[in-house]
Amino acid sequence: MMVQMLVDGVVAASFITLGVVGLSMVYNILNFPTFAQGDHIATGGYIALGLVALIGTAGSIAGLSFGWPLILALVCAAVLNGVVALALDRAIFSRLRRQNASRISLIMASFGVALMLRHLIIVFAGHEPHYFSFAIQPALDFGGVRITRNELVAVAVTTALVIGLHLFLSRTWLGKSMRAVSENPSLAKVNGIDVNRVILWTWVISAGLAAVAGVLLGVVVQIHPFMGFELLLPMFAALIVGGMTSIYGAVLGALLIGLAEGITVQYFVPEYRQAVSFIVVILVLMVRPNGILGEKA
Amino acid sequence: MTAALHLEVTDLVAGYAPDVPILRGMSLSVHTGEIVTVLGPNGAGKSTLIKAIAGLVPTSSGAIRVRGNNIMGLATHRLVTAGVAYVPQVDNIFTRLSVQENLEIGGMAAPIELRQRIAEIYALFPDLARLRQLAAGKLSGGQRQMVAVARALMARPHLIMLDEPSAGLSPKLTEMVFQKLLDVRALGVTVLVVEQNAKAALAISDRGYVLAEGQQRFTGTASDLLCSPEVGELYLGTRTKLAS
Repeated sequence: MMVQMLVDGVVAASFITLGVVGLSMVYNILNFPTFAQGDHIATGGYIALGLVALIGTAGSIAGLSFGWPLILALVCAAVLNGVVALALDRAIFSRLRRQNASRISLIMASFGVALMLRHLIIVFAGHEPHYFSFAIQPALDFGGVRITRNELVAVAVTTALVIGLHLFLSRTWLGKSMRAVSENPSLAKVNGIDVNRVILWTWVISAGLAAVAGVLLGVVVQIHPFMGFELLLPMFAALIVGGMTSIYGAVLGALLIGLAEGITVQYFVPEYRQAVSFIVVILVLMVRPNGILGEKA
Repeated sequence: MTAALHLEVTDLVAGYAPDVPILRGMSLSVHTGEIVTVLGPNGAGKSTLIKAIAGLVPTSSGAIRVRGNNIMGLATHRLVTAGVAYVPQVDNIFTRLSVQENLEIGGMAAPIELRQRIAEIYALFPDLARLRQLAAGKLSGGQRQMVAVARALMARPHLIMLDEPSAGLSPKLTEMVFQKLLDVRALGVTVLVVEQNAKAALAISDRGYVLAEGQQRFTGTASDLLCSPEVGELYLGTRTKLAS
């Protein structure tokens, strides 16, 4: 029971993680929390759904409910979702930056983008949930702990991407530039870093990871227009718990929030899930006012 | 001074708001291989001058030439490729990055031979070599200033501009930082310093300018400025020390 709860928590945490990493990157580099992050997740899921409809869902590999077409669709959706984010930046956020818009204007603009994306999805794909596959997947049983192959894949892909992101941030020029810009944009400029270029890559990576979250969520649960919006509060909870300024903090925060959700679903009423996220936020901030890995303001 | 004109600022007007200029027709010249200090009271426009050269403060008229090329209006991130390094007064290192990563960021404009350059810089700043893996935010004030100067030198600049390198440092550390600037000059780098600490800065400088209300008030060799009672009394606030 205890272990099952942890496993469910880790699965829930993987979707939050993939979303909050982008939220954290945008927050630290563009200096505002984007309320559209949830809807980027949904958009990514729907793009993959559209691609699968085009290329078919043929086959299944290693007992999963999906085959190569979905993997191809996932990669394409990650790229296309990045393109969508770039287009939105060009059309909206870059204009606001040029006018030195306040943080609150940027947040409000992101609210607008969120509503636009969500309702475009409803216009084109309707309210009803969609599934990548209707195949019923039997759960694997590890001594009483049950997990489906799809869930295992979601956790594995998330882990791999988090490790990859860590290597990217600590080993590559672009990753180091991003860390430099997130701490001190004007000093980054003085060192020859093109801040605008860093911003564009931030959108691409953030939206790319969001698309992966959307596809995995679609594979494990379902695709529906509010799938990303429903992740927005847990993502913000994870960001706050983690300390706002650290991507690693955000990942830890996601794990904590995911586990809290796992416990709630197991022991309490599932509807209390999001309330529990915020109880965790309050408790963590009482002990560490700047979050797990946050710096003193 | 027969050396070539390295940095030439002519009638520069600059400020954050176009109708409220902070610099009001500032002129200054630095020759290759010189150390030149810009002095002046708080609010005189010293930092604005250096930031305007770095492209961080809007300029409205005048000219800024580096080795004869006009760099006015150049995007800040292109300054490094023009061979100009800038060490801001505050927030001049990336505190969350390690010492080594700070140097790597500094060398981004010239990533070929990066390892060799890092080795050269550690030879110049031996104390930093053993701190290389440490987050720069954990360093002391003097060490931070060394990281800031080391980072700026990574891109092999021919001109380095420093904004109040003595800010927040003890007299002993201040002297150490200024002694380091002599080493930097010995590498063939021209140095422009903006300072409040007139005595320490002029001690290593060839020439100096005194700035007040956005314009140049006095200029001369470092020893002239140090000995001038007028300069001391009016702008350096060190009358008793200098006049005695």
